[in-house]
Amino acid sequence: MNETMTNDLPAAALTTQISFRNFNFYYGKYHALKTINLDIFRTQVTAFIGPSGCGKSTLLRTMNRMYDLYPDQRAEGSLLLDGMDILDKSVDINLLRARVGMVFQKPTPFPMSIYDNIAFGVNLQERLSRGQMEDRVEWALKKAALWDEVKNILNQSGMSLSGGQQQRLCIARGIAVKPEVLLLDEPTSALDPISTMRIEELIAELKAEFTIVIVTHNMQQAARRSDYTAYMYLGELVEYGVTDQIFIKPQKKQTEDYITGRFG
Amino acid sequence: MDLRRRRKLINFVALLLSMLAVAFGLFWLFWILIDVFQLGVSAIQWSLFTQMTPPPGSEGGLLNAIAGSLIQVGLATLIGTPFGVLAGVYLAEYGGHTWLGKTTLFINDILLSAPSIVIGLFVYAVYVSQVKHFSALAGVFALALLVIPVVIRTTENMLVLVPDSLREAVFALGTPKWKVITKVTLRASMAGIVTGILLAVARISGETAPLLFTSLSNQFWTLDLDKPMATLPVTIFKFAMSPFADWQRMAWAGVFLITLGVLGLNILARVFFRQKR
Repeated sequence: MNETMTNDLPAAALTTQISFRNFNFYYGKYHALKTINLDIFRTQVTAFIGPSGCGKSTLLRTMNRMYDLYPDQRAEGSLLLDGMDILDKSVDINLLRARVGMVFQKPTPFPMSIYDNIAFGVNLQERLSRGQMEDRVEWALKKAALWDEVKNILNQSGMSLSGGQQQRLCIARGIAVKPEVLLLDEPTSALDPISTMRIEELIAELKAEFTIVIVTHNMQQAARRSDYTAYMYLGELVEYGVTDQIFIKPQKKQTEDYITGRFG
Repeated sequence: MDLRRRRKLINFVALLLSMLAVAFGLFWLFWILIDVFQLGVSAIQWSLFTQMTPPPGSEGGLLNAIAGSLIQVGLATLIGTPFGVLAGVYLAEYGGHTWLGKTTLFINDILLSAPSIVIGLFVYAVYVSQVKHFSALAGVFALALLVIPVVIRTTENMLVLVPDSLREAVFALGTPKWKVITKVTLRASMAGIVTGILLAVARISGETAPLLFTSLSNQFWTLDLDKPMATLPVTIFKFAMSPFADWQRMAWAGVFLITLGVLGLNILARVFFRQKR
């Protein structure tokens, strides 16, 4: 398909959900992503790794057009979600973001109750009865492995939870709207090891239903939890392939140096 | 060792100077408070709250001035707050980086520090002199003009303090911008904005200068906004300047009431801000 994809790629059962074609991204005049070509597969976990400033977060944030908030940022090329070019001006951004959810580096609970934190996003997209909404909130909190800890304090402020709980609340909030894709931007970098472990286990479970793309600085995390790994450097996609191969037998010296810690 | 001694000496001198400065400021503040309490408390009696301002030499109270102050300050806050909050939202969430936004903020900061007597004269020139009589309405306008810049500034400040990461998280759910603002960012900064409004109320409830040219004063009870209306500050001004001992005593009572009110508002603002944080 193109020269960066040197490893054995998809088994027949995999279908492409997102594909970048000749994709470029600019912060003002700064050329941050250079001619990216990349396919992300449905219900797989794809990890972006690379040294700080390599563009992995930038790449992640294009998939829900987060950059639209900042007037000097722009993208060129094409970015297809199920065949639809989401860079097109006619795309309804709010609908797109309902399909492509996102969890950020720092937990960002809204200043409202735990229940309302979850119901907020659902209310934007659907009209649910009270009972249906209660079911949905419970469903999302169970999926995010938070239900048992908060089922009796749903009326408390979401900000009163611990950091790890807040991050799971954010994940619950993200999946409550039933997106197809979940973008995770270093979701565990602000958390302690135990919370990190719980979130990682969660990722393993969630991939049954969602396509997950995760940016991480933690090499072990990428190796443990992802099916596909993309190594980026200075705004370019250096190598992309099945995670085991990237970590055991990388095709490029540069990738190997980074993974083995000789550089980065 | 020598270096250490020198450092300790410098530290001691700096600490001493700053503590002296604190003591200097507090000294006057406490003197004022003690004076107000001593002279004020002795003048407080039930008739203050039940009778109108009297002519010199007869029995009376401050009821019309208290009511006038509450009405004018209340209405000015009701008018000024929505303008202030909406303008603050515009500056923080929409136009802050544009030419219009920057200019507005700059002018607002000038208004914020404009002497209140200028505002009074302005309302006198554009309204009072046109309708040819003083009125409570003019006083309300003048006070509202003092409220607006304070509320704009605090709203803008508090909204800008809301981290962009929170804003992004709301947008990431597919939330339209107006909902991001009304449901999340305004809510996150609510404590700060309410504090700002309370401080604005505290400020205008002690203002005298802008009212001298607008609502003036009234010896009698009135609820008519088109008539001159008494307020505590103007009544204090009038009574304290008079040669009559009973008027002067009543002025102290008024000063005491205002001080208590402003103190209460400040404490309320503080409690509110801390609780919500």
